[in-house]
Amino acid sequence: MRTFLIIIILLTGGVASLTAQKIEKIGVPELEKILASPGDELHVVNFWATWCAPCVTELPAFEKLAGEYFDTDVKFILVSLDFPSQIDSRLIPFLKENKITADVRVMTDLDYNSWIAKVDDSWQGNIPSTLFFNNAENIRYFIPSEVTEEELRELINKYK
Amino acid sequence: MKKYGFLIFAGLLAAAVINGQSQYKAGDVASDFSLKNVNGETVSLSQFDNAKGYIVTFWSNTCPVAKKYDQRLQDLNTKYAVKGYPVIAINSNDPTVSPGDSFEKMRETAKERNYQFEYLDDATQEVAYEYGATNTPHVYVLTKKDGKLVVDYVGAIDNNADDASAADKKYVEDALNSLLGGENIAVAGTKAIGCSIKWKKS
Repeated sequence: MRTFLIIIILLTGGVASLTAQKIEKIGVPELEKILASPGDELHVVNFWATWCAPCVTELPAFEKLAGEYFDTDVKFILVSLDFPSQIDSRLIPFLKENKITADVRVMTDLDYNSWIAKVDDSWQGNIPSTLFFNNAENIRYFIPSEVTEEELRELINKYK
Repeated sequence: MKKYGFLIFAGLLAAAVINGQSQYKAGDVASDFSLKNVNGETVSLSQFDNAKGYIVTFWSNTCPVAKKYDQRLQDLNTKYAVKGYPVIAINSNDPTVSPGDSFEKMRETAKERNYQFEYLDDATQEVAYEYGATNTPHVYVLTKKDGKLVVDYVGAIDNNADDASAADKKYVEDALNSLLGGENIAVAGTKAIGCSIKWKKS
């Protein structure tokens, strides 16, 4: 019986790690849709990449808080800017290795100039950068730099 | 009224501090600088007597986006230095935060990649701050006009960091071709994903 249970656990674990390998690719229309989310929810959209050292440093804080706020009115989306040629070779192995379960999507439109200003007018494209917004409440705050876990927590408490 | 004036000024200053810095844009007058190159010599833009202008590029040894653009930056220098627009690369990253961007590593990088352009060390980060550079690569095309350095273009090299052959908007080349042809520049500013300049921790 115990062996049977262990097998079940291993199998479901296997399925979970298989699904974790899927990652949604987005373009400008999908990004616009995220930014226009109408609900009365705080959206925390982090722009990052595996090649960006400070992004990787702050990522655990986002992963942790995304877990804490799972199924609440605070929604996290981690928009990866990894190069399309490195999604399979680098991004997916990174997510697996670091057990990232937060909502990660990869932006595949490399015509950066066509969409950067849609995120925030002041953004020069440097990452990490994070946008906090609640369209129903007209809340919008953009931070074009690294944040610590405490700062992230404070910002969420302030705007949620 | 004086008080209000001060408050407005303080407000503007606070806004500038929050945003980090203000950035040069097309039409602005840029400052010259004196920075050490990888041979230890001090270099200023005013030393380039024959230059019509410059492709000033904030750069990094380590930034993966800069690495993607490395050959393209070298090609820009090959193509445009002879036409009067040399590439001037500047590393403003703090080596404490990014050890791979130390002066010693700059020397190694320039040697390994056989840079034919000046690669300068902005150790105090004053030039990046003055220009308003935020990421690497970040290009400023400048032209000498009436003894001044006029900014003609600020932004990315082209519109595909991952794959040079897939780039169909070559912003810097287009700007330079327009300048050299005496035409107006169609796109004078762009934004692109890049590595943050690693500022000194205060």
